[in-house]
Amino acid sequence: MSSDVKAATMGVPASADAWYGHKGNLYALAIVGLVTLGSVWSLAQDLRWVYLLVYIWFGIGYGIFLQYGRFCMASAVRDLFAVRVPRMAVGMLIAVMLFSLTAAAVQVLGVNTFHPNAMGWHILVGAAIFGFGIVFTGGCASGSLYKSGEGNIGAMLVVLSISFSQAIYVTMDGGWLNKLIPASWTASAAAKGMPEELSVTQGWFDQFTAGYVWDLQGSQLSNHFESVFSGAFLGNALLGAILPSLLLMIVLYQTAYRKGYLRRYKITAPGLGDHLRGIWSMVTASRNTAIAGLALGVLAGGHMWATGALREHYEIFNFGELLVDMGHTAGLSIQDTVFDPGYWYITTQEAQWGAWLLDKAGMQMTDSIYFGLDNGIPNPLINAPGWMSIGIILGAALIALVRREFKWKVPSLETAMFALIGGALMGLGARIAMGCNIGAFFATVTNGDMSGWVFLAGMAVGGWLGVKGFNAWMNWRAGDDLAI
Amino acid sequence: MAVKFEKVSDHDYTLDVTGYVCPHPQMYTKKVMGKLESGDVLTLMFDNPSSGESIMAMCEADGDELIERSDDGGSFRWRIRKA
Repeated sequence: MSSDVKAATMGVPASADAWYGHKGNLYALAIVGLVTLGSVWSLAQDLRWVYLLVYIWFGIGYGIFLQYGRFCMASAVRDLFAVRVPRMAVGMLIAVMLFSLTAAAVQVLGVNTFHPNAMGWHILVGAAIFGFGIVFTGGCASGSLYKSGEGNIGAMLVVLSISFSQAIYVTMDGGWLNKLIPASWTASAAAKGMPEELSVTQGWFDQFTAGYVWDLQGSQLSNHFESVFSGAFLGNALLGAILPSLLLMIVLYQTAYRKGYLRRYKITAPGLGDHLRGIWSMVTASRNTAIAGLALGVLAGGHMWATGALREHYEIFNFGELLVDMGHTAGLSIQDTVFDPGYWYITTQEAQWGAWLLDKAGMQMTDSIYFGLDNGIPNPLINAPGWMSIGIILGAALIALVRREFKWKVPSLETAMFALIGGALMGLGARIAMGCNIGAFFATVTNGDMSGWVFLAGMAVGGWLGVKGFNAWMNWRAGDDLAI
Repeated sequence: MAVKFEKVSDHDYTLDVTGYVCPHPQMYTKKVMGKLESGDVLTLMFDNPSSGESIMAMCEADGDELIERSDDGGSFRWRIRKA
């Protein structure tokens, strides 16, 4: 490809007009202005809202770089299998390596907010369902948010489907589903002595959580080191994230990049130097994705540090304590907690949005461990991680407007069906695996929790099956239309 | 809204996947490029920005040349010559 063509068209198009002459820039400025005004207003009410504002501003940062690098983990697995393009998988691994280093620094500072996930077969199964779903929706959990910010209504349907499907899955009550639950889970859940109002022996998700997941262990590699510094940097970052990422990059080069690279540069007898240059070429092939990977890694660590520092400052473990102090007690769990991971997360706050609306519609949502005991269903206006997701949409909209890429896109019936069904599969997978591509993969592998690599393996298997299914659909749907 | 693939003249084709989101544009493009012969030119129209990144990487990997590119207001029109 001509480098002139590429150079002339990358990034923001050159324009002789003043910046304010373009509507997109003005809309982008309006977004920044509104969020700034809202932030100042809320701080004027109570300075403690800074805890929530950290989520929204980091969300805006995530949104900007997700859109800038077209950073979507669905693309990482799907494009690899479907069109043999490793671009996104490489960007994802760069982000993993960087975040592992910033997370290690945050751990050494003593304000790391991460909690390891329980390791078990459920991660592989849930991730495979999630991975299958993302091929059809066209975006992962974070990708669907940034694409919503580009004006993609199909992506908004995915977010809607993830929200409601999760809320329904985790609160489905008994019935025939109880017959599928192993008796050992029911007995184990009952033995936990949970408050009666949670009815933990009714509903598959409560029994799955209390009777199976709670009996499993989670750990971080840093637990095996005596020194905090060695545990964080050698254990979590180097062994847990950087070495596996480098290994995967070599596999990606070997399987999806090497052949084209050697042909392009007419190298017939490659030596080690050629291969190393080839790997570097693969890393830098998509400058925007690589830059986004670097920025997201740094942002995610900074987010963890900021939330951890605020928790220390306010002497709290959970935002719910701050909400109680500020007089907001509605929607909290029975422990007075709300969902407050302290780092980048996507799906749980979306489940809370769905549950909040269903609760308002009269459905019983709080007799569950997920909402009633742990996460609560706060009003979306005071849902801090929910604002992070809104921030991602706004950040993506902001940069898409500046880059002239914002466009309202109404989905066809086919795309809408894929969005709703695929979104429901993503919701199911995320709940079984206890997280999505961010919470169960990105945030875990970077903090020495090996369950994240299991999630990636499951997502890859699901993605591969999804590509097979999508290819079959495409051939059936458009086979004749594509005939020459 | 449907995928439109047409032969304009000898060695000149168009594929219009406007309105489609990931993974449609890149997968249809891959499928069509597989059917073309060396030297054929495909004019590709799409409006899903992230698909563009994948299509560009696909071209680089396969040696296909992006000979003309217009990105305007979220609508993309690329001309690709098959290697």
